[in-house]
Amino acid sequence: MSSDHHPAVMRGSGRPASPYWNPYLAGIGLGLVLLAAFVLVGRGLGASGAFSSTVAWLVNLVAPAHAQSNEYLQGYLGDGTTHPLKAWLVFEVLGVMAGALFSALLAGRARIAVEKGPRVSTVLRLLCAFAGGILMAFGAHLARGCTSGQALTGGALLNVGSWAFMLMVFVGGYSVAWFMRWQWR
Amino acid sequence: MAPFYKYGFFGDEMSLILAFVLGTGFGFFLERAGFGSARKLAAQFYLYDMSVFKVMFTAIVTAMLGVTYLGWLGWLDLSLVYLVPTHLVPQIVGGLVLGVGFVVGGYCPGTSVASLATGRIDGFVYAFGIGAGTLVYAEVYPWIKGFVNSNGMGQVTLPEVFDLPWGLVVFAVVLIAVAGFSAATLVERRFGDEA
Repeated sequence: MSSDHHPAVMRGSGRPASPYWNPYLAGIGLGLVLLAAFVLVGRGLGASGAFSSTVAWLVNLVAPAHAQSNEYLQGYLGDGTTHPLKAWLVFEVLGVMAGALFSALLAGRARIAVEKGPRVSTVLRLLCAFAGGILMAFGAHLARGCTSGQALTGGALLNVGSWAFMLMVFVGGYSVAWFMRWQWR
Repeated sequence: MAPFYKYGFFGDEMSLILAFVLGTGFGFFLERAGFGSARKLAAQFYLYDMSVFKVMFTAIVTAMLGVTYLGWLGWLDLSLVYLVPTHLVPQIVGGLVLGVGFVVGGYCPGTSVASLATGRIDGFVYAFGIGAGTLVYAEVYPWIKGFVNSNGMGQVTLPEVFDLPWGLVVFAVVLIAVAGFSAATLVERRFGDEA
């Protein structure tokens, strides 16, 4: 064979994407970041709270009276003395964006694409993504945190609710996996 | 003595800078693991790639051993690390709903952020869905807040609830994780050929 690179492995950046890291190595890295958060700031990592802050800020821009009379959003707006986006998790999530992009650029994985199985149309995949996001929002708010804020953070601190939550995430996922098979396999 | 922020070593502004720095580490390792891709994440539920379990439990064990040793050395006051209060039934229901959302949409909030930042349109749409869901949740909150705040047990850990020594529970979690890793690898071999 004369060609060094096969077209099938070419990515948008023009070079083959690097393989993902060994899961245990990535896990140790993630664990050390989490430990650093405990030691430095006295709290763990999170994500869903940043979405709540952003939504509260946006609603407050469009319909301030409505946002301020809503008990849930009010909790993220505070007393109005500080900007709603000046929140710990908002800054952390901005960091997640930067860190993920940096890693993807290094590995040749940053590209505009839709992640899906071979059998599902792009439109249907995106509809599922939207529906999944809505479910996720409800789940995370009911549970007082998501996979980062509850499972990862609370898991390491042996938090009772976090372990119950984490177990149920897997139960919920596996119970519908078969029905959603067409989307992924 | 740690946590440094709680002991007043630095103020709010510095804590926000640290939030960004810690976030970059979080995002970097998520993407390294392949968690910017919904296919890689969903594979966990089809048993041919158990990376979600392996990465998550390795991270939990690493951080758990870290806080345990730092606590024993007297360098970290664990009672000052924030613990989300336990509300068992709402958290069980929330976990179920979130698990379903994970398989339907392919991400969780943190991984959707990693995904959209690296150009994945489905990650962006998913994050938009979280925003829409949050908006709806805020509207229905007055009707469900009784349930959300029910079953309150306060900030409580497994060793406290089962009246076991902290070290014993840590040891048990490590053993379960190691056994789980071996089992996960066997499961991958069994279901890997299907792909």
